[in-house]
Amino acid sequence: MSKLYSGAEIVFKCLEDQDVEYIFGYPGGAVLPIYDELKNHESIKHILVRHEQGAGHAAEGYARSSGKPGVVLVTSGPGATNAVTALTDAYMDSIPLVCISGQVPTHLIGTDAFQECDTTGITRPCTKHNWLVKDVKDLSKIIYKAFEVATTGRPGPVLVDIPKDIQFQKTKYVSSIKRKKLNGKIHNKFNQSEIDQLVKLMVNSSRPILYTGGGVINSGPKASELLRELVSLTGFPITSTLQGLGSYPGDDNQFLGMLGMHGTYEANNAMHDCDLMINIGARFDDRITGKIDEFSPKSKKVHIDIDPSSINKNVKVDLPIVGDVSEVMLSVIKTLKKKNPNFASSNKEKTSKWWEKISEWRSVNSLNFINSDKTIKPQHAIQRLYELTKDKDTYITTEVGQHQMWAAQHYKFNKPNRWMTSGGLGTMGYGLPAAVGVQIAHPDKLVVDIAGEASVLMTIQEMSTAVQYNLPIKIFILNNEYMGMVRQWQELLHEKNYSESYTAALPDFVKLAEAYGCVGIRAKTPDELDEKIKEMINVNKPVIFDCLVDKEENCFPMIPSGKPHNQMLLGPNDQKENKITGKGKTLV
Amino acid sequence: MSKPKSAYSIPGKKQKSDTHVIVVWVDNEAGVLARVVGLFSGRGYNIESLAVAEVDSKLNISRITIVTTGTPQVIEQIKLQLGKLVPVHKVADFMRGDKKIIFKEMALLKIVGNNIRRKKAIKFCKKFNPVVLDKTNKSVVIQITALRREIDTIMNDLKKTGLVSVSRTGAVAMTRGAEVFK
Repeated sequence: MSKLYSGAEIVFKCLEDQDVEYIFGYPGGAVLPIYDELKNHESIKHILVRHEQGAGHAAEGYARSSGKPGVVLVTSGPGATNAVTALTDAYMDSIPLVCISGQVPTHLIGTDAFQECDTTGITRPCTKHNWLVKDVKDLSKIIYKAFEVATTGRPGPVLVDIPKDIQFQKTKYVSSIKRKKLNGKIHNKFNQSEIDQLVKLMVNSSRPILYTGGGVINSGPKASELLRELVSLTGFPITSTLQGLGSYPGDDNQFLGMLGMHGTYEANNAMHDCDLMINIGARFDDRITGKIDEFSPKSKKVHIDIDPSSINKNVKVDLPIVGDVSEVMLSVIKTLKKKNPNFASSNKEKTSKWWEKISEWRSVNSLNFINSDKTIKPQHAIQRLYELTKDKDTYITTEVGQHQMWAAQHYKFNKPNRWMTSGGLGTMGYGLPAAVGVQIAHPDKLVVDIAGEASVLMTIQEMSTAVQYNLPIKIFILNNEYMGMVRQWQELLHEKNYSESYTAALPDFVKLAEAYGCVGIRAKTPDELDEKIKEMINVNKPVIFDCLVDKEENCFPMIPSGKPHNQMLLGPNDQKENKITGKGKTLV
Repeated sequence: MSKPKSAYSIPGKKQKSDTHVIVVWVDNEAGVLARVVGLFSGRGYNIESLAVAEVDSKLNISRITIVTTGTPQVIEQIKLQLGKLVPVHKVADFMRGDKKIIFKEMALLKIVGNNIRRKKAIKFCKKFNPVVLDKTNKSVVIQITALRREIDTIMNDLKKTGLVSVSRTGAVAMTRGAEVFK
């Protein structure tokens, strides 16, 4: 008779079979048997966070920067509910997570037991799938399936809820790896005729644009290479969503910058005026499209996505291609090379007018800002951070708000998986724990969380995690004492009624850093900024960098809500002109 | 230029809504109905009626029939979102007016009243395959199968004959002829 294993042992055997190296978690009553088993499995290291949300975001950071699924281990009740924000965040941004949660023993389920909650019920709408394990014999099969669902198709989070008695019960273990591949929900159904149609559209287009998203990152490093090849082969301009940054070099001439609400003038205008839009792995999010009825009115739209439900969800497209973007791009490149070997040169002339138009938009220099030699402008801080870290292979995470948009605008990424930000859910407090996860995956790399002082306070306790595991993450806080994006919207839409967006009592971040056992640095003037940033980079310890920036700066350019792409607000200059004419009118 | 006071865009033009019947084959496991129904409520789709039961005990398959209304775009989304759920095997969708499809709902009607009233009630139901399931000298329980609006009408008619209780199922659907749902 083969050996019998407990449920807890089976959990680890499954994780070993999946080559899991790190688990981010927090112990509690209902997962004690699993924690007890941890000591017997040397290949798996547990990272003890300070809050389960931190475990989830750290696992997200780990997953996004490494391409491997992140694993989270939490207890029942509050452990599981605390992980819900991170699961939802991963669901919105398509990040593969496997969350294992403890549950009260089977016989207590439904009795309102201590630390009981309906975990599978609560997490049903924020996971791709979840399981409540009712029989230890199903455990290995379920965990195997969990990894498969999380990592295939459009990736996302899954949850396996394991009652405590199941963790103790014993059964045989059958390695699932050797088993025949289960039928997952994988969609790679595109055919050559669709590729031919796309190539035909590309050949006939005189105002094309490539609009790429997080799908290119999720499809793996190969996809970024193929994208670069496709862009150089076609000579088409390319713009990227927030999540797609890094899949194409940010400093390349064919790259128009990010598009959308805080995207560049050239990217948004090109989206509006193009005659062919090729969406590669993006999802026509509302922050991208602006007013749907006036979204890119003159274009044929092609949408390449692995998730069939993304097609025609927000924007009706002319040619949907359902498949992994790598494989679709590979087919397009092959077909293009075969059918039109001289495409790039013949296309150059055809799109020359289009490129002229784009240069005109570019000359507006929409990311420009009025710099100051007295106060640090937040954009300037990011630009300096970029200049001083670009030669290193730097990983950037962010929180959510103005600083996030400035980071996206002014930090140029050249490689995929270097940019981790909460785009879909917009979770303040994401960046610090995500940086922990990134540093775990890349111990020797520079990891910077570009943060706002309000966001970072939501998960500041994870500094303690960083100290415990010697993770030299850098928390670069653009401190304007406001919830900057809230303040900006209140200025634009609510007559400067800054309702509750000012934080009147902030901690001294330098002392806070010291209290956690990290290094605190403060920069107050533009003169000292470079020196201080260098100091931060050179410290081999976690750092909280308190960068005191202009309190009133707004993030521009911007598409105001309910406006199409070609009606952008450009910045303080643009506004001033508007204001003057407004006043002028009342005077007359 | 009036500024919309919202971080979100304003709704665009609304398309015309149609009533559709969506048939879903799922693994008969715990929580599967909650997943399907939760998808509808979570994404703001509506459910007019719902019928669900196991149809294959060997393969453990249940068949869910949902009547819903939505624009063509919404109906398309419903199908694709359903298709993404792990326990869902296949999804079929029909317009309610589709001539190739048979739709039926069942209703149990309890009439309390004298003999004349009870007889009258059964007569009203004549067109809808009435089966008398229970009768006493004061009451009768009639089972009918019909379309939703037919049942609506007959309920109205039966008010005067002493209708005291109604229990209705959701619609179930099947193709006409030799064809089966794909």
